[in-house]
Amino acid sequence: MSSEPLIRFSNVTKVYGQGQVTFQALKGIDFSIAAGDFVAIMGPSGSGKSTAMNILGCLDIPSGGSYGFQEVHVETLTRNQRALLRRHQLGFVFQGFNLLSRTTALENVELPLLYRREPAAQRRAAAYVALEQVGLKGWEHHTPAELSGGQQQRVAIARAIVTQPSVLLADEPTGNLDTKMSQEVMELIRCFNREQGITILMVTHEPDIAAYAKRIIRFVDGKIESDRRNEESL
Amino acid sequence: MLWNTFLLALRAIRRNLMRSILTTLGIVIGIAAVITLVTLGNGATKSVTDQIASMGSSQLIVVPGQRSGPGGSDGAPSFKMADIEAVRAQIAAVSGVAPVVNKAVVVVNQTKNWLTVAVGSNADYFHVANWTLDSGRIFNDAEERAGKAVCIIGETVRNHLFGRENPVGSEIRVKNFSCEVVGLLKSKGQAAMGNDQDDVLVMPLRTVQRRLSGSQDIGRFMVSVQQGASMDAVKEQLYALMRERRKIAESGEDDFRVMDTRQIAETLTSTTKILTALLGAVAAVSLLVGGIGIMNIMLVSVTERTREIGIRLAIGALENEVLLQFLIEAVVLSALGGLLGILLATGASVGLASLMQVPYIFDSSINLLSFVFSALIGVVFGYFPARRAASLNPIDALRYE
Repeated sequence: MSSEPLIRFSNVTKVYGQGQVTFQALKGIDFSIAAGDFVAIMGPSGSGKSTAMNILGCLDIPSGGSYGFQEVHVETLTRNQRALLRRHQLGFVFQGFNLLSRTTALENVELPLLYRREPAAQRRAAAYVALEQVGLKGWEHHTPAELSGGQQQRVAIARAIVTQPSVLLADEPTGNLDTKMSQEVMELIRCFNREQGITILMVTHEPDIAAYAKRIIRFVDGKIESDRRNEESL
Repeated sequence: MLWNTFLLALRAIRRNLMRSILTTLGIVIGIAAVITLVTLGNGATKSVTDQIASMGSSQLIVVPGQRSGPGGSDGAPSFKMADIEAVRAQIAAVSGVAPVVNKAVVVVNQTKNWLTVAVGSNADYFHVANWTLDSGRIFNDAEERAGKAVCIIGETVRNHLFGRENPVGSEIRVKNFSCEVVGLLKSKGQAAMGNDQDDVLVMPLRTVQRRLSGSQDIGRFMVSVQQGASMDAVKEQLYALMRERRKIAESGEDDFRVMDTRQIAETLTSTTKILTALLGAVAAVSLLVGGIGIMNIMLVSVTERTREIGIRLAIGALENEVLLQFLIEAVVLSALGGLLGILLATGASVGLASLMQVPYIFDSSINLLSFVFSALIGVVFGYFPARRAASLNPIDALRYE
């Protein structure tokens, strides 16, 4: 493994709006994340944690500073190049699940592989394996409407990890789930971090969810307030 | 890439089956309406022109009097056989002259009887009036001169007196005398005005004059013009000749008319063409309404689809891939709707055409035109909302409510 970290934020700023009415969501952020880490980003609403997450997920670009992902300067990439980066390196889990409605779990999980142009047989096999890994064997042909919230989020996790990404980005993954389901989902995420070495970046405002992470970065008002290792997670 | 995107498009169609069906239905109805109406209009035009052709395309009909319509001779004298002879002798460009005396008669074969029209004429009548024989023969010169009791019957008369049997050689009773059926006319079907041309019985002129009408008068006569000769010139000559024979002074008005079947044909054809155009306009409106339906469904579904596009973009779809997928969806639905519409229209046209007794004519240009038009609406309104959504930031598209 090279000494260069997987992710490096250097003085990243983000400004929304133009002219007189502007809002600075990020006011110069610096951090780096090594491959295999499990990072929780916390902070009150409006603190810039979601903005940072969008930039980390290559869904948005910084206004200033630089974002290095595997030594690639993401801020210099085109829209399509960022899409390809997402396709090959990143997996997403959202608070609202964001599964395709009226589409079976299997087809939802297959979707990223379709965009990666994997052959049909491999695509199908990989989707079955991913669903089994999240404990949904036997639920492959159910649509989201037929699944509980926890099951839907597990389908979303299967969809995120089926491509074997280097980074899994989770934006409030338990925000719509009750305590028991939240624990199941977090165990699953921790498991992918430990057993497959997938780097996890997670935004949450709940301390007991953040407690699963190895490292907790706390945002306040567009700046990093604290950045510490979380010893209890082990 | 194309195959994968095609697969994605098919999945999206299946996923939103109801919306897909509704979209397709709009196209199906629009296309089917236009094609059916225009096809039926074309069939009606064809049927009218066919019937006109069956009357004989280049014939002139000379009638006494100035007013048209039945009993419209307003006292003007009828024609005599000498007039017919004069026309034949003095106008070079005529190919046939046929006197016509009509008389309504009851004809009887054993227990069956039927009221029909007996036409007294000569051998020229058959080609001037554009008749062909189905079987048997026409009357010969000797029978014509002698006024023999022989007749050639039309299909309708045959059906009523003989059913499907061959009538040739049988004796039937016409009014009060017995008459031999020597021939059967080939069916012409309905005339342009809706009367049955096959409800007829043709006899030698002299037979009708002696045994039915009891006078030497000839109600009207028909003239056919030689191929390549000018109808207008013959018409002029007919006017001049008949004025002279009927002793009309230089300043006097005609007491007869020469009608030209071409003019009748032109009038009828232009009428049906106007009707076809009108039907086409009605159909075009329905195509437009169908198009607006497609547009609505496509636009309304954009809310749901914006989120879908956001999901696809987030997991790594390129903007072009998303657009291509939407384009393929729109093309598949529109093409499917177009094909179903053409099938439905063909079925409806064939069915309605036989019901209305007009010929079915496949018109490739209207099929193509309506197909292209509705496909274009489907594609344009499927594509542009998608293009707007695909150009959003994935994050904004995901949050779209």
